[in-house]
Amino acid sequence: MRNIFLFIRRYFTFLSFLALQFFALSLLFRFNKYHRAVGLGKANEITGWFNSKYANVDQYFHLKKESDRIHKMNDSLLNLLKENFMKRDTSVNAVTDSIPYDTLGHYRRYYYREAEVVSNSFNFDKNYIQLNRGSRQGVKDNMGVLNSDGSLVGIVVNVSENFSQVMSLLHVDNRVSAMMKRSGNSGTISWDGSNPLYLTLKNIPKSDSVAVGDTVLTSEYSLSFPPRHLIGTVVAILTDKSSSTFYTLKIKAAANFQNLHHVFVVENLDRDEQEKLDKETKKKIEESKKTGR
Amino acid sequence: MSDLLKNIIRFFIFILVQVYVLFKIPHLHRLITPYLYFLFILWLPFSIPRFWQLVIGFLTGLTLDFFTGQLGFHAAACTLIAYVRPFVINILSPKDSSEFNYREPSPRALGWTPYAIYALVLTFLHHGYLVFLQWLSFGNLVSYLIKLVATTGISLLLIFTVELLFPRKLRYRTNA
Repeated sequence: MRNIFLFIRRYFTFLSFLALQFFALSLLFRFNKYHRAVGLGKANEITGWFNSKYANVDQYFHLKKESDRIHKMNDSLLNLLKENFMKRDTSVNAVTDSIPYDTLGHYRRYYYREAEVVSNSFNFDKNYIQLNRGSRQGVKDNMGVLNSDGSLVGIVVNVSENFSQVMSLLHVDNRVSAMMKRSGNSGTISWDGSNPLYLTLKNIPKSDSVAVGDTVLTSEYSLSFPPRHLIGTVVAILTDKSSSTFYTLKIKAAANFQNLHHVFVVENLDRDEQEKLDKETKKKIEESKKTGR
Repeated sequence: MSDLLKNIIRFFIFILVQVYVLFKIPHLHRLITPYLYFLFILWLPFSIPRFWQLVIGFLTGLTLDFFTGQLGFHAAACTLIAYVRPFVINILSPKDSSEFNYREPSPRALGWTPYAIYALVLTFLHHGYLVFLQWLSFGNLVSYLIKLVATTGISLLLIFTVELLFPRKLRYRTNA
């Protein structure tokens, strides 16, 4: 027993070094396993305070670009207004429109909240963005985040009371389902950790006639993102010898990740129901396997 | 100004400069991340017990991690250099203790060449560990080795710029 104490005393520094290393690495690997920047809690509030002070000053330098983007967005929205469309008189033969236009037939599926970026990184393999909206303002995990011009930015991975942490598209663990605008074929967007301007799109079948300049949109099946929002455009078709059936495409990201200021956090109001259905289906299948139907 | 207060102020300055200046620089190249904050650990006084050096190192790294969102990433590297620091100083410091009566490592205290070696070794270890951790989770080795060399170069450049721009007032160690 005495020897153990002597040993501990002699190597106290080394042992405490090992303990701290172990603690740091367990933090790193445990949290990264779930691709989550969790465990921040109060610290998120403190860094958030510093970051919002910085963002307050910084945003003045980007007002022009920001207002250009918003102007473009407004332009596209103005074009959608009901007043722009006039119904021609077709009363000669009364046709019942199969798609109800009034609010009776429609229900809201996505809810947009505006938010401001208080901190943003693009220097790492795993980049996170911090927003000034948190659980008190209704932000929850897994909500999609769009730039002020409507292009895809990332997904909320953690929220504290007044701030939220977003996994940027520039994160090597990020997988977002996307589709080609022209053909509707869907694939997966990822990032190879090298250049913050370019993303990678995989799993587009070779039967699709992909050309440089094609537009890539968010998929219609995603639980987190509203469908048909711009992700980027194809800039190069990389030849991938290992896979003869799928393309690997280099995508120029539509959002400029070095210049993010005002963003939208999008909530899928049906998400809980969809996930529940998914889970119950899986359970049902498992059960029917057991009983042999 | 006491050493404690001086180091607390330094801590905030280094972290804030790292987060709000060096991380905000427009992306230079995919292999380059300018790091300077760990100079705080390099500048810690000689007199701090080794255990507390470790704790300070760990907390420095952790503070930066809170800003970047990857908990434990910089903390691990900082603990490593805080642990290795006393050994490197032991090897590099003048053997004759009568010549050696400064409070903290600086080019004047150690001499330019030993100080450069000191900075190089610790910078290399810090970045090497970061790159190693990144490589574990993702990516190919060669690009990370290039990244290690490039980032170390940039960091050393920054360290020597800081040393030349802000020569610290040297205070002798007293018996008090």
